[in-house]
Amino acid sequence: MGVAIEIKDISKQFRLYSEKHTSLKERVIHGGKMPFTPFWALRDVTVDINQGETFGILGRNGCGKSTLLKCVAGILKPTTGEIRVRGSLAAMLELGAGFQPDLSGRDNIFLNGSLLGLSHADIEKRFDDIVAFAELEDFIDNQVKFYSSGMYVRLGFAVAVNVEPDVLLVDEVLAVGDAAFQRKCLDHVKKFQREGRTIVVVSHGADTIRQNCERAMVMNHGQVITVDEPGEAIRVYLADLLGVGTLAGSESGGIEGNVLMINSVQAEHGGSGARPHMYPRESLTITADVDSLAAVHNAMARIVIHDDKNEVVFASDPDDPACEIDIPEGGGIVRFSFPEVPLLDGTYSVSVGVRSATETAIYDWKDQVTQFEVANPGRATGRVLLPLDVSFRLRSSGHTGEVPMVGADFGPLAGWEEPAT
Amino acid sequence: MSLSVERPAPGEPEQVSAIGGSTRFVPGQSHDRITVVNGKVQLGQRLKDLWINRDLLMLLIRTELKVKYKDSVLGYAWSMLNPAMVLAIYYVVFKIIARNHQPNFAVWLFAGLIAWNLFNGSAMGSTGVVVGKAGIVKKVAFPRELLALSVVGVNLVLFGIQVVVLTLALLLFGISPDFTFVAILPLALVALLVFTGALSVFLSAVNVYLRDTQHLTEVALMAWFWFTSIVYTYGQIFLSGHNKQHPALNWIQYAYLLNPMTPIVMTFQRAIYGRTQYAFLNPGATKPTVYHVLPTWGVGTYAAMMGAVLLLGIVLFLLALIVFGRLEGNFAEEL
Repeated sequence: MGVAIEIKDISKQFRLYSEKHTSLKERVIHGGKMPFTPFWALRDVTVDINQGETFGILGRNGCGKSTLLKCVAGILKPTTGEIRVRGSLAAMLELGAGFQPDLSGRDNIFLNGSLLGLSHADIEKRFDDIVAFAELEDFIDNQVKFYSSGMYVRLGFAVAVNVEPDVLLVDEVLAVGDAAFQRKCLDHVKKFQREGRTIVVVSHGADTIRQNCERAMVMNHGQVITVDEPGEAIRVYLADLLGVGTLAGSESGGIEGNVLMINSVQAEHGGSGARPHMYPRESLTITADVDSLAAVHNAMARIVIHDDKNEVVFASDPDDPACEIDIPEGGGIVRFSFPEVPLLDGTYSVSVGVRSATETAIYDWKDQVTQFEVANPGRATGRVLLPLDVSFRLRSSGHTGEVPMVGADFGPLAGWEEPAT
Repeated sequence: MSLSVERPAPGEPEQVSAIGGSTRFVPGQSHDRITVVNGKVQLGQRLKDLWINRDLLMLLIRTELKVKYKDSVLGYAWSMLNPAMVLAIYYVVFKIIARNHQPNFAVWLFAGLIAWNLFNGSAMGSTGVVVGKAGIVKKVAFPRELLALSVVGVNLVLFGIQVVVLTLALLLFGISPDFTFVAILPLALVALLVFTGALSVFLSAVNVYLRDTQHLTEVALMAWFWFTSIVYTYGQIFLSGHNKQHPALNWIQYAYLLNPMTPIVMTFQRAIYGRTQYAFLNPGATKPTVYHVLPTWGVGTYAAMMGAVLLLGIVLFLLALIVFGRLEGNFAEEL
């Protein structure tokens, strides 16, 4: 296996102009010079991507992953450094880029295919496959402007995958179309993998990377943080995202491999055992079975709860002293107890991690390893069941007492009537 | 933006086909070709890429033509209406209102205008083409010069339509062109295309950074039009009686010919209009006066002029590619 893409010391500087002077008058007034702040979208990125490998690039928005992809594709010119690509390359940065709405689907297949690097004869050969893949047999001679957005994207994808390059660059476009079409796309990606083609996927979705990639790179602020197998890379990425330590350029080396491992994580609610779901305000215990090769002092445990829309419902304070634990050699069970979980209906997933308190090293991080379900027997809706008291009193005619204050304890306030029972 | 292709192992059949950063997948062939992306501009590679992607150029031209007149009732007739209108206006103004006595004045006008229209349409159209196609430029890697060249291509097709109309008109009115000179028209057309292509590529890139270029081009082209002997004749300035006496005129004449569009237009006029002078009996005069419209140079001189323009065009075209290459690297962020 050779190297398919060799990225050597790539840096890319963007110029951020406080005011953009694109007119001649402004250029003349400013003497041809425009004030700008240099912004390094990429800084000394070096990585080799092997032939036949599916390689993921992870990072939050603005970390430079798309810029890197554009440099590899040849759309942007790197400021310094060099990229060598072995074999033919096609980039899917946007589906249906260059579609002419006024032309028919047929014409657009030829146009888009040519832009992606196919010769006219090649496209003719693949034309039927493309149409069949896009499931547009009945509409291929209609103007593309009358297509639904789903049809548009399907056509774009169908052309792109039928280019069959040695190296395929994909920028978060896999999530298109309905479920059936998505499966078809993934099948196609799998086929590409079997055929030994190199695929580079850019995403900020950990799942895409985990399911499809053999190696992944995490980027932040235009720099490479780590290149590793997907599980490790995703952990670094999520840790970075969730603020467990500062990983960007961290000198302690980031992950402390294999000293401590989380084996399994279980969620158990305090309600009567038979129910699979819990009611709001019941207690919840998360237990994590941890193996440890050495005694770890001052470890910080952390727990994050996501809702089914993948939004963080709760993330524990990474520096909370209450989360500090000592783990002896051999490991044990870490318990996270919530005496009361005021969440309403939904399925919640739990992520658990352990890092060192003093350094920035992460021992282990299990992303969304277990879940628990809350079913609310009452009729309150929303995400959280807030503790609520409602009371009533008459207007204070004749009342001469002090103005009631909301105090630290939530007992009945002076001057208020207890609600009639 | 530079992409160079290295030869694989010596002896192995080299397969070169780079499309910007993207290369053609040719099943069953060596996949060991290496594409290099770095900050340098390599002219040879750019030219090679243009040649490799000629299919794409053809397709861009076809697409442009299709889109241009799609859904319009008159379709391609529109491509004739504009030049026809210009021709009609100049004819009315100069022949009827200004009482120009040149015979077959419409043919004279048409001969110059077809060459000018090709140049003018290309320069105007290509100036905004990269900006206008930002969607593709930002997302797909391909030699972006093709966008400018496709505009030239579209105008070449329109030129072809005009030539057909001109030919029909000549046949209809029984006007014979000078076939000795018609023989060098292909050379003149190539010279015109290369020169036009150079300017188009240059303008399309510059306009990305300096959007004034578009307006500047419009104004400059208008001045350029009147600076070129299309509506009037070359002979009116340099060959008519009283002007001929002036000693400085020789030098001005050479300077005037430095405008590459002048010799091109003159060659078209010489071939299609078919004569260099005409006689006209002025009212009140007993003897007709001879008016020169074009120099009486031989076909060799005209061919040499075209050769010189072609040479200049090639140099300019290469320079334009270098400029384009330097500017292209940041198109995606500037748009």
